[in-house]
Amino acid sequence: MSTFLGMPTTAPRGVGHLRGDESFPDAARKALGNEQLRRNLAHATTTIRGKSGAVIAELPDWQELRSAGSALKAATMARLPELLERLEENVTAAGGVVHWAADATEANRIVTGLVEATGHRRVIKVKSMATQEIGLNEALEAAGIAPVETDLAELIVQLGHDKPSHILVPAIHRNRTEIRDIFLREMPGVDPALTDDPATLAAAARRYLRETFLSTKVAVSGANFAVAETGTLAVLESEGNGRMCLTLPDTLITVMGIEKVVPTWRDLEVFLQLLPRASTGERMNPYTSMWTGVTPGDGPQEFHLVLLDNGRTAVLADEVGRQALHCIRCSACLNVCPVYERTGGHAYGSVYPGPIGAVLSPQLTGVADNASLPYASSLCGACFDACPVKIDIPSILVHLRNEAPHPRTERIAMAAAAYTMDHPALYARAQHAAKLSRHARRLPRPLNGWTASRDLPQPPPETFRDWWAGR
Amino acid sequence: MRIALFVTCLADTMFPAAAKATVTLLERLGHEVVFPPGQTCCGQMHINTGYQKDAFPLVRRHVRTFAPYDVIVAPSGSCVGSVRHQHAMVARNAGDLSLAARAEDVAGRTYELSELLVDVLGVEDVGASYPHRVTYHPTCHSLRMIRVGDKPLRLLRHVRGLELVELPAAEQCCGFGGTFALKNADTSAAMLGDKMRHVLETGAQMCTAGDASCLMHIGGGLSRLGSDVRTVHLAEILAASEAS
Repeated sequence: MSTFLGMPTTAPRGVGHLRGDESFPDAARKALGNEQLRRNLAHATTTIRGKSGAVIAELPDWQELRSAGSALKAATMARLPELLERLEENVTAAGGVVHWAADATEANRIVTGLVEATGHRRVIKVKSMATQEIGLNEALEAAGIAPVETDLAELIVQLGHDKPSHILVPAIHRNRTEIRDIFLREMPGVDPALTDDPATLAAAARRYLRETFLSTKVAVSGANFAVAETGTLAVLESEGNGRMCLTLPDTLITVMGIEKVVPTWRDLEVFLQLLPRASTGERMNPYTSMWTGVTPGDGPQEFHLVLLDNGRTAVLADEVGRQALHCIRCSACLNVCPVYERTGGHAYGSVYPGPIGAVLSPQLTGVADNASLPYASSLCGACFDACPVKIDIPSILVHLRNEAPHPRTERIAMAAAAYTMDHPALYARAQHAAKLSRHARRLPRPLNGWTASRDLPQPPPETFRDWWAGR
Repeated sequence: MRIALFVTCLADTMFPAAAKATVTLLERLGHEVVFPPGQTCCGQMHINTGYQKDAFPLVRRHVRTFAPYDVIVAPSGSCVGSVRHQHAMVARNAGDLSLAARAEDVAGRTYELSELLVDVLGVEDVGASYPHRVTYHPTCHSLRMIRVGDKPLRLLRHVRGLELVELPAAEQCCGFGGTFALKNADTSAAMLGDKMRHVLETGAQMCTAGDASCLMHIGGGLSRLGSDVRTVHLAEILAASEAS
């Protein structure tokens, strides 16, 4: 017997980074005016696409791997509550402590409380989408705790008082001169003669971060995967900063979205092949760190796992949209998206940009709070083909558009168009009326977007059906 | 073979040349073309803009109109994509399971032009002649929704006198996307700008594709630029012969 607790709630307003300040078209318009940004994005996405495409082509069973990843995720979502309880049991048995956070506010409160209990005022952070989503850094800062991002790109974003614009390459919108300027302005102890040579910039970050790693006693991470049957957490990364954070401090706090659980250890075999190839275009990521609870005398002696819902149960309740929870945060869909390539990530207003953001953010917040995002796509389908776990993003976009609130004038126009098209005689009359637009070079709103940069086709002297009737 | 033409509302109203060419071509190959008169629009614009309820009667109309025919062809990958991947869904979401089943049945008999020619009629050389330098833009829905693959290119390679030049970054969207071009006009125009640059780089006289909608977008942009590169539907090239 179970008690019905009501429909699951969406992510709360006023905390975290799932909602933008303006609609996608407005934000995109500004981003499109930034030539530097567009060049950076085109270069970066083209490079990653090429690398990823080459290593994917090496695998004869890539399509089977995708199907396996998709099936594993679908099977996981079908018994998520049971798997999460299993995970809790095994993490607890291994010496960890599991916390359940219904939303961003609760997760921030739990993590802040845990850090305060250690008595330390600084934490090092492994790059994590979940903690970005809930705005953990702001919550920690408000409590007088300094979070230090240790992933190079996240550090650039943090020092620049900026927002990430890509899931994998958060500083994709910055070039090296901008990075040098940010370091000179913000990095403690930086060499004032710093140049914009990439190796020199990396060395400056390395020196600063090493000092921080060695002097900080608490770390906060996310997780790529959590194995229910063993209670093992996994983080995949490239720079080794994650390994430092996960092994050096006394206390480790991991914030993980509930959808990251996988049933068994052997399931990782599929995802550890899919993720690096789809993500960074590597056969294998340089660092894969796995830990199970606490090991006496080795690594952090206190481990907390915070399981975050923040709207995910609401997503799970949607039969079409729930596959967005299969996402393994590889960002392949961003790199192939013609919209993302031109607007960049900030236009999406959420920490989850690109095609996956356009389906995930509106579901986490409720579609009314991100109503323009499902429309931020030409439905070209490149994301679906690129997704290593076969998330049918175009179908979810179409589904969410159907759920989104529509402007009143559009509703009236659409109803009128449908009525006309369901009455062939009216339709034929409307076809003839279309000829009146013959000499229009600029259309009125909301059609002026077309004529701003494209001519209208010249209506033909007769429609096809007229020609057919006269044959 | 008796083939029902699903003309599509856009070709019917704005680009009848593509539809007439489809008729000319199929008749030249010895087939009978019929035009079921009750047809209007497949409803894709409504579906993709979030108006499934309004699209429902259009889906019902389409299914009723085409149910009696064994083979249905459309000169559009996008409209065929909607028929194949969306019609049954719209019917199911409206709770009409019987319509959903009939929609799936009609979808199974509906082909995009290059699919009909290569897969059903088994022809790659349609006897066309078109002495021009042409580049081919694979439209997103023909490429990724219904997977026509290289069928259009195989047909084009057999056209007498046609010089086919490869389009750089061909598989990237032109930025049309139906109401996307209106709702996100600036992003759409940026995508179009890159597509036109690639078309112009080829030095082609014509840009062809299997969808009048994408061609309307690319052609509208080229016309605004004052370029003399023209857009022409795949059907028009395949229908052209030395006699015409």
